[in-house]
Amino acid sequence: MSRQPFSFSRWSGIIIKEFIQLRRDRLTFGMIVGIPVIQLLLFGFAINTDPKNLPTAILAADSSSWSRSLVAAMQTSGYFRITRILASAAEVEETLAHGKAQFVVTIPENFGRKLARGERPVLLVEADATDPSAVGGALSALNQLATSALARDLQGPYADARPAAPPFEIRLHRRYNPEGITAYNIVPGLLGVILTMTMVLMTGLAMTRERERGTFENLLATPALPIEVMTGKIVPYILIGLIQVSLILAAAFAIFRVPMHGSLATLYLVVLLFIAANLTLGMTFSSIAQNQLQAMQMTFFFFLPSMLLSGFMFPFSGMPGWAQAVGSVLPLTHFLVLVRGIMLKGNALHELWPAVWPILVFMLAVIGVGLRFYKRTLD
Amino acid sequence: MNDLAIDVRGLNKSFGPKRAVKDFALQVRRGEIYGFLGPNGSGKTTSIRMLCGLLKPDSGSGTCLGYDVIRETAAIKREVGYMTQRFSLWEDLTIRENLEFVARMYGMPRRHAVVARSLDALGLASRRDQLAGTLSGGWKQRLALAACMLHEPQLLLLDEPTAGVDPKARRDFWEEIHGLAARGISVLVSTHYMDEAERCHRLAYLAWGSLLATGTPEEVRQAGSLVTWAVAGPGLWSLSARLRALPGVAQVTAFGNSLHVAGEDETMLEAALAPFRADPALVWRREQPGLEDVFIHLMSRVGAPP
Repeated sequence: MSRQPFSFSRWSGIIIKEFIQLRRDRLTFGMIVGIPVIQLLLFGFAINTDPKNLPTAILAADSSSWSRSLVAAMQTSGYFRITRILASAAEVEETLAHGKAQFVVTIPENFGRKLARGERPVLLVEADATDPSAVGGALSALNQLATSALARDLQGPYADARPAAPPFEIRLHRRYNPEGITAYNIVPGLLGVILTMTMVLMTGLAMTRERERGTFENLLATPALPIEVMTGKIVPYILIGLIQVSLILAAAFAIFRVPMHGSLATLYLVVLLFIAANLTLGMTFSSIAQNQLQAMQMTFFFFLPSMLLSGFMFPFSGMPGWAQAVGSVLPLTHFLVLVRGIMLKGNALHELWPAVWPILVFMLAVIGVGLRFYKRTLD
Repeated sequence: MNDLAIDVRGLNKSFGPKRAVKDFALQVRRGEIYGFLGPNGSGKTTSIRMLCGLLKPDSGSGTCLGYDVIRETAAIKREVGYMTQRFSLWEDLTIRENLEFVARMYGMPRRHAVVARSLDALGLASRRDQLAGTLSGGWKQRLALAACMLHEPQLLLLDEPTAGVDPKARRDFWEEIHGLAARGISVLVSTHYMDEAERCHRLAYLAWGSLLATGTPEEVRQAGSLVTWAVAGPGLWSLSARLRALPGVAQVTAFGNSLHVAGEDETMLEAALAPFRADPALVWRREQPGLEDVFIHLMSRVGAPP
């Protein structure tokens, strides 16, 4: 076998060529900037897993000052916005059925009087729970309300009606994201989602494009080594990945005020690892795929579980065992742990190892598959 | 170093159950223009790809520029210029960028000077910043030739280089090829054009993976052992149907105002044609068999593709 050494000049030639082609490909160039911006806007601003100001209707059969303070307390909680006052029980049904309000609060007759007598009157809250996540936060706030809202009013002669103190107290600390701001969770996660999508897709297309246009034959006829071609094609995309990451991070800090408790250097190190894992996957896809369409299909086949099972959209720990098993193969799952850990928890590098090695294993396995499929010749 | 640029024998290549090339043997001398003919799907491209190391033969052996075609493909790639059948340079790069890229791939010293000289030599200098994808077929072909000549290869493998190119550009192209051959460069060129076949020093005719004939154009014509008559006159189309039915007539081909009637056995053919030659309205003339007649005859002898 006549071996030839790795040539830096050939390698840089391939990189230069990729950059020129990238610069001329307006659509791809638009994707590099467009996808992060659009996703940031969509996910950062539009999605809220702890919705507030939900439309609420009230059916008040009691007009005591207790009822009024209760309604006022609901509004100040931020979850409820009183949009309509109902007159009859029939309207309650209609309001919910037609989606005119998310909640209907029924304050029964003599609510105030019973309360004053310490009879524990019943307050009925009906929620449109079609979407469980839409009402979850509001309902848990309601429970708090029952004890705190009337505490100030139940004094003096009414002190008896105050609920007895529980035998122990639960103190809740919402660590790392005390205000429960969705963007703190979503925006760092977006880093991983956007990188997965663009890195896998663009490298997936890079090689199949050569094959589809017939230029691969020309490339193979030159003395260029497979390793020069593959790595030379990857380098531009590493740069693109880093540009995207910097864009998203800038937006995260400037627009969404996401805290950064860890070190930026650690974050970029982890990002590079994640980019590498996705690029090897993209390269492997492009070695297997016959044309660009197939590479695209493979990418989406990979992207969907990455979105859904990684813990980006839904809490990872809440998924059934099999789904967690699938999810833990995906690099995005571990990257989310890493990026959230660094930004929100201030994790240092040595604390991150449990989420680093699965990405390394994934990468090695993918490289193994890719090398088996890479064709040095046209056979 | 011997005086053979290509010397291979017994090359075989299958794709799945299909045998694309069977026991392929070829000797091309240095400085020789070797024509490679055969119908579509006959294995021409596969053979060329095996010669330049793009495909690994299933079996067989030989050398290309003195390098082993199985083991020394890297060395062969460095010294062979290969022009693909389909335009395979990068359409989203300019002419100069394409040439610069190729020059880098071959690790050429003084790259800019080499590219500039090549642009001048091919008359592409004024178009150097034009995207390759916007060139017409003839210019694309010139660019492709410039690209595969850039590293000054000793052997050119050209796979149907003139397909879809106008006659003037084809003639210029062949002048260029002859100039290269005169400088000692060997050229293996596949083509479907008979006039191009006539311009080669030697020919090989490949059909369904096997070589049917090799030699100079004259030898190939002789080897076909065809006797050809040309006939001119009225009602040629109906005449051709009647002639085809005669014993000893292998093929009847319409050529504008005449028919070419060919057969293998001279006496049988002449006996069969005698009554028609008596017809005063028809003008008969003995013809030298054309290469096309010979090849079509060869094809009909081996039958349909497997």
